[in-house]
Amino acid sequence: MSSSAQLSIAIVETDRERALLIEQSLRDAGEFTIHLVSDITGLARRIQALNPDVVLIDLESPSRDTLEELALASGPMERPVAMFVDRSGDGLTDAAIEAGVSAYVVDGLKPQRVKPVLDAAIARFRMFQRMRTELAETKRALEERKVIDRAKGMLMKARGVGEDEAYALLRKAAMDQGKRVADVAQALVTAAGLLG
Amino acid sequence: MKTTTLSVGFIPLTDSAPLILAQEMGYAAEEGIALDLKRAPSWSSLRDMLSFGRVDAAHMLSPLPVAAALGLGGAGVALSAVSVLSVNGNVIGVSNALAEKLRAQGHDFGFEDARAAGAALIAASDETLRIGVPFPFSMHAELLYYWLSALGLSVPDALQVRTVPPPLMADAIEAGEIDAFCVGEPWGSMAVENGVGALLLPGTAIWSFAPEKVLAVRSDWAETEQSLLGRLIRATWRAGRWLAEPDSRSLASEILSRPDYLGVPAEVLDRALTGRMVISAQGEERQVPRMLEFHSGAATFPWRSQAEWIGRQLAARAGLDPDAAARAARATFRSDLHRAALAGTSADLPGASSKLEGSLSTRMPVASESGKLFLGPDRFFDGRIFEPRET
Repeated sequence: MSSSAQLSIAIVETDRERALLIEQSLRDAGEFTIHLVSDITGLARRIQALNPDVVLIDLESPSRDTLEELALASGPMERPVAMFVDRSGDGLTDAAIEAGVSAYVVDGLKPQRVKPVLDAAIARFRMFQRMRTELAETKRALEERKVIDRAKGMLMKARGVGEDEAYALLRKAAMDQGKRVADVAQALVTAAGLLG
Repeated sequence: MKTTTLSVGFIPLTDSAPLILAQEMGYAAEEGIALDLKRAPSWSSLRDMLSFGRVDAAHMLSPLPVAAALGLGGAGVALSAVSVLSVNGNVIGVSNALAEKLRAQGHDFGFEDARAAGAALIAASDETLRIGVPFPFSMHAELLYYWLSALGLSVPDALQVRTVPPPLMADAIEAGEIDAFCVGEPWGSMAVENGVGALLLPGTAIWSFAPEKVLAVRSDWAETEQSLLGRLIRATWRAGRWLAEPDSRSLASEILSRPDYLGVPAEVLDRALTGRMVISAQGEERQVPRMLEFHSGAATFPWRSQAEWIGRQLAARAGLDPDAAARAARATFRSDLHRAALAGTSADLPGASSKLEGSLSTRMPVASESGKLFLGPDRFFDGRIFEPRET
């Protein structure tokens, strides 16, 4: 573990594309030695062998728990390899958790040396988070569209009305009940399913 | 009463039931709180979510607040265990290959004798046994170390304990990364269900009253939010009492099986709740008393002596001063807050906050507020008795 040489950083990420994006943002932030770890079997031992100053891992990754083994040194009285990021109270850890990244930093590393790494990682993970939210939102909208179309189809058939009128019926029911059109449509589809 | 929303983190396990049912069955609402339940991807992230205030309270492995107090992992934020959410509930399972070998050696998979099962397991492994546990600081790890070292295995050297998140345990055994596991339900039963392993022993055969999960909060939050904390403790205590009723179990399984909670078939969840365990793909059944306990025998009471036992075990492995560790550990199990929250309810709590661990082999009446409290058996399989040394 070096004190003046470049910081070495291990990025644990199974998705190659994401790993490269994280690596790129770190390279833009400074000169670091970067290891990409994409295979998570035997993760703790891999990290132990690399002996990095900082480990970055997606907060959502269940493999993160494996890294906790490193908090217990391999033998009694040995110094743990890595400890959870800074106890310096500058709010960086909190920001990291909010952005969805956990960072393990070797004990005793000066906060100012870690800050650029974390700032870059946090910015990158915030972007991932936005992409994830957008994707989920798009998916949801598509699903809702499908349900509304099915409900419209049912109304058209059952009441012998046109598409616009069917939609107007749904919208009116939604307004009357203080609900969203998609919810009313879902209720109709579910009820119809139950009635057979 | 104005409803206050508390965010509460949980890991998808059958023993998260008291939190989920407190919300679903209206026990939270009765106390004027609503629980915003957040499923966490891993124990370390749940601990950090709690430490940094992303959640107000969490379902947590009983050794985790103790480990944090000893500086083992975590962000240095003090955590308090204010209730025990569940006692027992773990199972030890083996790969199909190892199960076959055990049977060939004549082991009967009786599912109750820890000494016989452990000796058979040690005899059947030619190489270093690789065992998966969900987290380094967990009752699973403690039970394994206690069990196998009492049977003469030199731990941790003669054992490779690997961390595998519970929902991935079945995959790990199928992929041949581990030979055996100790995991909370329903993930042991899921390994059986997927045909990748067999169950060897319930955790309760090693320690018949092991505090498994606790309700954890930040220690400073416990001081500043005493009213909310009391309501949360009462709501989960009532949910635990409801869960202990035989009639509640099928509804509980149905609710827990929902995709937002565990996303596992109700039939599989039912096994730990009823203690009717299916131990092999051939459908062999074993009835396990106290497989998973939510209520009886003052199960929710956080005994200082339980914390001390955990603290001393952790200290011995991590090379820490045992007496200092015991003191720090005891301070994390808040029997005082638990008692204060349940004062004035029908809960019958013990008069003492510490007890001998492992001394009861049958139900035993003890001094309590109403004088009607019985503690259940709490024996270790090897008959050792742990005497807390704190003065």
